[in-house]
Amino acid sequence: MAKRGQTPSQTVGPFFAYGLAPEQYNYPFRSIAGGVMAGDDTAGTRIRVIGQVFDGAGERVPDALIEIWQANAHGRYNHPADSRQDNRLDPDFKGFGRFGTGTRPDNAFVFDTVKPGSVDGRQAPHLNVCVLMRGLLLHAYTRIYFADEAEANAADPVLRSVPAERRDTLIARRDDHLPGTVYRFDIRMQGERETVFFDV
Amino acid sequence: MSPSNRDWSSQPAYIHPDYRSTVLRGPTKPLVPLAATLSEVTGPVYGHDAVGPLDADLTKNARRNGEPIGERIIVAGRVVDENDRPLPDTLIEIWQANACGRYVHEADQHDAPIDPNFLGAGRCVTDATGRYEFRTIKPGAYPWRNHDNAWRPNHIHLSLFGASFADRLVTQMYFPGDPLFEFDPIFNGVPEGARDRMVARFDLAVTEPEFALGYTFDIVLRGARATPMEG
Repeated sequence: MAKRGQTPSQTVGPFFAYGLAPEQYNYPFRSIAGGVMAGDDTAGTRIRVIGQVFDGAGERVPDALIEIWQANAHGRYNHPADSRQDNRLDPDFKGFGRFGTGTRPDNAFVFDTVKPGSVDGRQAPHLNVCVLMRGLLLHAYTRIYFADEAEANAADPVLRSVPAERRDTLIARRDDHLPGTVYRFDIRMQGERETVFFDV
Repeated sequence: MSPSNRDWSSQPAYIHPDYRSTVLRGPTKPLVPLAATLSEVTGPVYGHDAVGPLDADLTKNARRNGEPIGERIIVAGRVVDENDRPLPDTLIEIWQANACGRYVHEADQHDAPIDPNFLGAGRCVTDATGRYEFRTIKPGAYPWRNHDNAWRPNHIHLSLFGASFADRLVTQMYFPGDPLFEFDPIFNGVPEGARDRMVARFDLAVTEPEFALGYTFDIVLRGARATPMEG
C-alpha cells in the first residue's frame, strides 16, 4: 500500500509557451529542448517528423505541446536505466524534443532527429510521444512507428497488443513530396480514426 | 491499481464536460494497456547543469528596470514517490500569471497590466533529499470563458520529469482556502479525495522574516514499476 497518494495531473493550459518552449515562441527565457533533436555530429539517418493535431470536430489544435522521447540510432536510451553495454551512447544525442503547435501557420509540430534503432531486438524502431494541451487534464501517451519498417512492425509486441484495425494510427508515412527523409504523423484526439493512446 | 501504476483514483478523467475544452479534445476510446519496456522506464535526464543561477527566482530572473509588483512568496517542498522516498535530480519547470492575473503569453487577452519586470517562468532541480525551492510573486486570479463569470483560482503551473517518461507530471499548485475552488472545473476535474493534494499549505518554517510568506507543496510521483519485459 502506497504511503502517499499521487499528485493529480492538471491541464498544461493555453499559456505554457513561455515556460516550456520559450525560445520557439520568442520569449526571453532559455529552452531546455526544442524541435531540433539531432546535431551535426549525431550518428544515424536524419529524419524529419511532421504532423498536426486534430480535435473531435476535425479542427487543428493550435495550442498543443508535443514531446518526443527516443533511443539513438543504435537503439540506446540516454538514461541510467538503459545500462546495456552491447550498444553505444551517442554523446551528441539526448533523445528528447519538444514542440508547440502555435508558431507555424499550419499548426504543425516538427522534429528534426535521427531514426532510432530497435531498443531490445523485439521492438520496432519507434518514438515515444507525450501529448499535452488545453482541454487535456491528463497528458496522453502514444508512439510513432515507421511505415518503412513493415517487418519489424509486424513483430512488435506493443503494436501487436493494439487492435488490428487501430494499428494504422501509430504508423508514420513517408512524405516523398518534401526533400530529405520526412515522415508524416497526425494525431487525432477523437473520432473514427482516433489515435491509439496507451495506459503507460 | 493497474499494473502500470497510474492510480486512476487520483487522476482526472479525460472527458469532464464542466471543463468545456475536454469535450472535443479528450480521447474517448479506451487506453491500450502497455507493459513497461525500456521505452517507458527511461526518460529525459536534466541535471543541475540545465538550470541557470536565477532560474528558480522569478522575482529576479526577468527584471528590467525594477522589482516585480506583488506579494513575494516562497514555494518549497519535496518531490517523492508513493513510498515517500525522495526523488533527487528531478527537473521542475513552472509558469504562472503575474500579481494582476495576467500571463505574459500573447494569447492572454485579459485586460490587466503586464509587469515589465516579471516573466513568470522558472525552473529548478531537486537536491539529494528531493527538496526544491522557488521564489516568486503570488499569482492573481483571472477570468476565462469556460462559463458565465468564470475565474481560475490563483495557481502555479508545474511540469516535472521523474525517473522515467512514464512518471511525467504536469499539474497546478493552488493556495489554501481559495473561495474559487468550488466553481473551478479544472480543479474539480480531479476525484474529490485527491484534490487537496494540489493545495499548498502555508508554512511559517518556510516563511522568511521581513521578506516573504512561505508555502510548502510536496509532489508525489508514481512509484517504481516492475522490471521491463526482456527481449
